[in-house]
Amino acid sequence: MYDMKALYEASSVEEAIALRIEHPEAQIIAGGSDVLVQMREGKRAGKELISIYMIDDLRGVSLDEEENLRIGSLTSFSHITRDPLIQKYCNVLGEAVDQVGSPQIRNIGTIGGNTCNGVTSADSASTLHAYEAIVELTGKNGVRRLPIKDFYIKAGLVDIKPDEIQTAILIPKASYENTFGHYIKYGMRNAMEIATLGCSVNVRLSADKKKIERCRIAYGVAGPVPMRCPSAEAVANGAVPTKELAEQFARTVIDDINPRDSWRASKAFRQHIAVEMAKRAFTRAVELAGGEMA
Amino acid sequence: MSAQYKLIHCTINGKKVEKMVDVRASLTDMLRNDYHLTSVKKGCEVGECGACNVLINGEAFNSCIYLAVWAEGKNIQTLESLLSPDGELSDIQQAFVEESAIQCGFCTPGFIMTAVEILNAGKFYSDEELRKLLSGHLCRCTGYENIFRAVKKAMYRRLGKEIDF
Repeated sequence: MYDMKALYEASSVEEAIALRIEHPEAQIIAGGSDVLVQMREGKRAGKELISIYMIDDLRGVSLDEEENLRIGSLTSFSHITRDPLIQKYCNVLGEAVDQVGSPQIRNIGTIGGNTCNGVTSADSASTLHAYEAIVELTGKNGVRRLPIKDFYIKAGLVDIKPDEIQTAILIPKASYENTFGHYIKYGMRNAMEIATLGCSVNVRLSADKKKIERCRIAYGVAGPVPMRCPSAEAVANGAVPTKELAEQFARTVIDDINPRDSWRASKAFRQHIAVEMAKRAFTRAVELAGGEMA
Repeated sequence: MSAQYKLIHCTINGKKVEKMVDVRASLTDMLRNDYHLTSVKKGCEVGECGACNVLINGEAFNSCIYLAVWAEGKNIQTLESLLSPDGELSDIQQAFVEESAIQCGFCTPGFIMTAVEILNAGKFYSDEELRKLLSGHLCRCTGYENIFRAVKKAMYRRLGKEIDF
């Protein structure tokens, strides 16, 4: 038995919004692999929960009328990895969420929960930042969309109003088109592990594959919230992909990131692996895009 | 709080059932206490060890971090569902016996239900893929090698392939 005060179940988005307004103190629960564990540990014991898990309308991946990839917030990690649209347009996201926890956790864990808990180490977060994902929130006055970088306010806090739930995450067409990415997770073991550092890089090459049109890189655990590296991106944008460029690009991430000392790893170690991961992920992304590192 | 209950309809091991469940119950609580399906073990109870693993609509879930009320409308399978009417073991269980993949047995039901999901895909998996697919279970006795061999053996048999370890 869980030590919960009450459970309110929503079977539609409208019901969820009404419950949010009716019970302002209640915690939203999606798949529950964070909330229920925290409740078991005592951190959220005695609280009211609003379960949105049964809202099947919030599951699945589709292309909207503008051909943006639309991922329902309750889509599980394993369904994202197996989805043909994800594999075709944003395979790196499927690969990234395939490194969360364990197979069973990937069946229950949702992309909405992974982002709404505001945790910097979320395996989806760096790739979503690197693809400039849009977060869709639905509240009593309708739908609000905001860039994922604005969604994260600080560690553990995201921009959800008291009458809102997150209903989808969108990857804009302009973001995934002709773009190839690679994600690297650094952890002490392969399964059931929180990232020490996560790095996601994607590139779009020119038609002749000789030049980098656009490069984006984002980290998880390089600061209190997931973050992009504008200085490093500026080094790569418009440049010819070479091994020297990869080195220079990777060294520049140090100017952008702000990791901390924690029991998992020291700041110095995180900075060290950040550079190596940037180099490897960049090199792999260029290869996936059909380019060659001169 | 005063106790809060909800009527839940679901299918458990092929049988349609309905039950009033306490909303605070996990699916592990419901399967063990209401249906006496004690293959569903209480291990870590925080979704790490896989001892409580069951199949829900064919996918593996740690039932300890799954609310019982979410079972509404679902098809749930526990290890007990593998027993054939004449008491024979399933192919996966037989492979576990042959490969000595069991010592204390506490992790076994969870592992076997994950193996059911893996092998029901009907695909061939490399050793590396198989190890990743089995990584959501902790076993403190066997060192995993025999469990891995058992699942691999069952996979080869289902696909009609010769195995050489």
